[in-house]
Amino acid sequence: MSELRFEDVSVRYGRHTAVDAVSLTVPPGTVVGLVGESGSGKSTLARATVGLVEPTSGTITLGGAPLPRRGRRPLQMVFQDPYSSLDPRMSIGSSIAEAMPRDETTATRQGRREEVRRLLELVHLGSTSPDARPGKLSGGQRQRVALARALAGRPDVIIADEITSALDVSIQGAVLNLVRELQQELGLSMLFISHNLAVVRYVASRVAVMRAGRIVEEGTTATVLGQPEHPYTRELLDAVPGRNPR
Amino acid sequence: MSAPTSRARAWRGVLTTPLGATAAVLLALVLAVAVLGPVLWTQSADAVDTGNILGAPSGEHWAGTDNLGRDIVARVLVAGRLSILLAFAAIGIAIGVGLLLGSAPFLLGNGRAARLVSAGVNVAVAFPGLLLALFFAVVFGVGATGAVLAIGLAGAPTFARLTQTLVAGLAGREYVAAARVAGVGRLRILVRHVLPNLREPLVVNATIGAGSSLLAFAGLSFLGLGVQSPSYDWGRLLYDGVGSLYVNPAAALAPGLAVLVAGLAFNLFGEAVAKGLGVTELTGPRVRRPATKAAPEPDEQRDHSEGRPSADVVLEVRDLKVSFAGRDGQLRPVRGVSFSVHRGEALGVVGESGSGKSLTALAVTRLLGDDATVEAERLRLLGQDLLAEATPAQRRLLGTSLAMVFQDPMSSFNPTRRIGRQLAEVGTEHQGMTRAEAMARAVDRLDAVRVSDAADRVRQYPHEFSGGMRQRAMIGMGLMGSPSLIVADEPTTALDVTVQQQVLDLLSAIRDADDLALVLISHDVTVVGEVCDRVLVMYAGRIVEDLATADLATAAQHPYTRALVAAVPDMATDVSEPLATIPGRPVGPADTPAGCAYADRCPLADVRCRSEEPPLERTAAGGRVACWHPGGEPDVVLAGPDLRRVER
Repeated sequence: MSELRFEDVSVRYGRHTAVDAVSLTVPPGTVVGLVGESGSGKSTLARATVGLVEPTSGTITLGGAPLPRRGRRPLQMVFQDPYSSLDPRMSIGSSIAEAMPRDETTATRQGRREEVRRLLELVHLGSTSPDARPGKLSGGQRQRVALARALAGRPDVIIADEITSALDVSIQGAVLNLVRELQQELGLSMLFISHNLAVVRYVASRVAVMRAGRIVEEGTTATVLGQPEHPYTRELLDAVPGRNPR
Repeated sequence: MSAPTSRARAWRGVLTTPLGATAAVLLALVLAVAVLGPVLWTQSADAVDTGNILGAPSGEHWAGTDNLGRDIVARVLVAGRLSILLAFAAIGIAIGVGLLLGSAPFLLGNGRAARLVSAGVNVAVAFPGLLLALFFAVVFGVGATGAVLAIGLAGAPTFARLTQTLVAGLAGREYVAAARVAGVGRLRILVRHVLPNLREPLVVNATIGAGSSLLAFAGLSFLGLGVQSPSYDWGRLLYDGVGSLYVNPAAALAPGLAVLVAGLAFNLFGEAVAKGLGVTELTGPRVRRPATKAAPEPDEQRDHSEGRPSADVVLEVRDLKVSFAGRDGQLRPVRGVSFSVHRGEALGVVGESGSGKSLTALAVTRLLGDDATVEAERLRLLGQDLLAEATPAQRRLLGTSLAMVFQDPMSSFNPTRRIGRQLAEVGTEHQGMTRAEAMARAVDRLDAVRVSDAADRVRQYPHEFSGGMRQRAMIGMGLMGSPSLIVADEPTTALDVTVQQQVLDLLSAIRDADDLALVLISHDVTVVGEVCDRVLVMYAGRIVEDLATADLATAAQHPYTRALVAAVPDMATDVSEPLATIPGRPVGPADTPAGCAYADRCPLADVRCRSEEPPLERTAAGGRVACWHPGGEPDVVLAGPDLRRVER
């Protein structure tokens, strides 16, 4: 496990600066929550981390080394919408197997099959056939398949981009429980992006608050949410529904 | 596996429509002639009869004979194989080259090379196909090979463009991004994730393209640029026949007819396939009617606020049912819902997706399409029967006393018209205002929903408003009349938390100021809890609980309500414990069970729950609940996929 570190990372689209000189560290074995509103640049930062967009300036390093530009990445991402992040024509087993690195365990068909089984077991889908298509699964089950696919790449860090916001509340809890369980069992490092403070509070031990491309406050979850220093963090906290019931 | 069977069903669907059946029969006929023609009729087609040159149609030669006395009908039948093979070869080339060119930009990434290929394709598409074919025919030389290459290459840009557009669309999908993050190469992504997903549109276009290339061939051969003697295809026969048009018109008409029939067969088939496959993808498989009937609700089960004077009732709904006609019977997503809303009251409706909450709102506001059947014992807004034939008076009532706010404020405004105009329209349409009056009212209303600089803002277009501003403008539009009821369907789901708070505050403020009734629909219990006095919890098309908002956290009776409340983490949730979850998934309208719809996910379910649907009955606290074990074992909920029991 190694540390994911952003140093002065900026991403610009034309004249628009989506991410503005962000410095952030995801220590090994911790979940760092990244909160902010739509347009604050959190998803762009996630996409820059996994190489889907190029940072305009700054460096992203993992364990001190820059991220590889080609081939297998030591980072994996779980996307927001489990209905579009799985290929509808591909069995869930093949989707998971596709993300596996090539080595002795995955060299044979049998080895891959066993690894898929193990991963499905890990995300509590042991009774689901690896031959099932995503269309057969519920949103929560699909999101668990997406998590299994991310784990298949044996990443050092997982980027989770709003992974519960497309799910019904009854399913959201199961996915959050799973994230926590995986983190505790496997010691995963995770950058957990969400606009929902209550959700972030539940899974993350550190929180960074992002606004207009900048990180305005960062610290342990208890401190940031308990004694917020930046007015924007306070504004976000005040807006959490259920805080001022009638 | 679901994919192949649903595809098989889709294809069967294609063949059972009148258009599809006709096209399939025609196509089978054409292909049969192509396969069998040369075997059966080559002899008579090649039999030279010098005694009967350029003969007129007769009993022996139905379309007469050519300049060597050969039977024209036989020659047309024999020519079928060559014509169709050539057409297939050409369309094959068109698709092959098209796929290559169309997917090249994806493979090349977003660099200069990719843009160059795209630009080349764009230029080629702009060229008339037949002109291109003539040009290639000259380049490749006169003859069948040249013609195939010419027509194939001339068709390629269209397919390249189609592929390029489809690939660009698919490349934006998250599963392609996921594969890239997983380190899968571009070529592999193309082959595994992108190309398989363009199969349907390509098949459709290939079928239609085969028809056009058949015509193009006939055209080239007719011009003498295609097939050369002694070979012959339909175009060649047409060319020969036209020479003797005045002697024997049938000699030209027979091959012409063959081209027409074959072209029609391909095009109709393509059309039928497009329709069949397209439609199933849109609506998804339909399902059988549920075998059970909802338990009837006895008359006395009114909602708990019924003690108030009836003059205060704004909306009264009794035993509302909404059904849709499915392919194999009726679906009923709303199965008997009764409630009423009083002046000054805010009623929340919560439930998961598919619980029927939005359909209930749309049924009440008469916004459901013609494919839906709305039945109700009573459906009244301010005492007016909404089920009666829509009279102008009723439309005016709906237009002025009811306001609807939707989830996505962008799609509820017309993007090409100014905000002010769209608001003012309500005034001129429903309230008989002049344009100037209506515009003044629009400014006033935008002011009321706290849109700053309303006088300037009315001249702006919807895209110039932020999401929260648009949602306010939408509410302002509802306030153009003097509504007695606002129905808001997930009004804040698309908005950021801070903006959500502002919109909820606004709705509360309007309700308090004007003594309106508000129905707020949401999947989020906490949102409803902020604004509403009373909550209806819906599950599988029925109300399972009706209770005061204050009781949500502590005094909910139905296990589903309790689970919903427990499943949502809030800022006070104990982070050392796993969250409560609801096992299983919601039932759809197609598989509603005989007993309680929630029984399969419920920790309290017993035999009775699985066989008998519980009626919605009054509780001691003044609410209503539909459960055989209301309030049972309140401390235990079923948690996790592994069915662990967890204390709340």
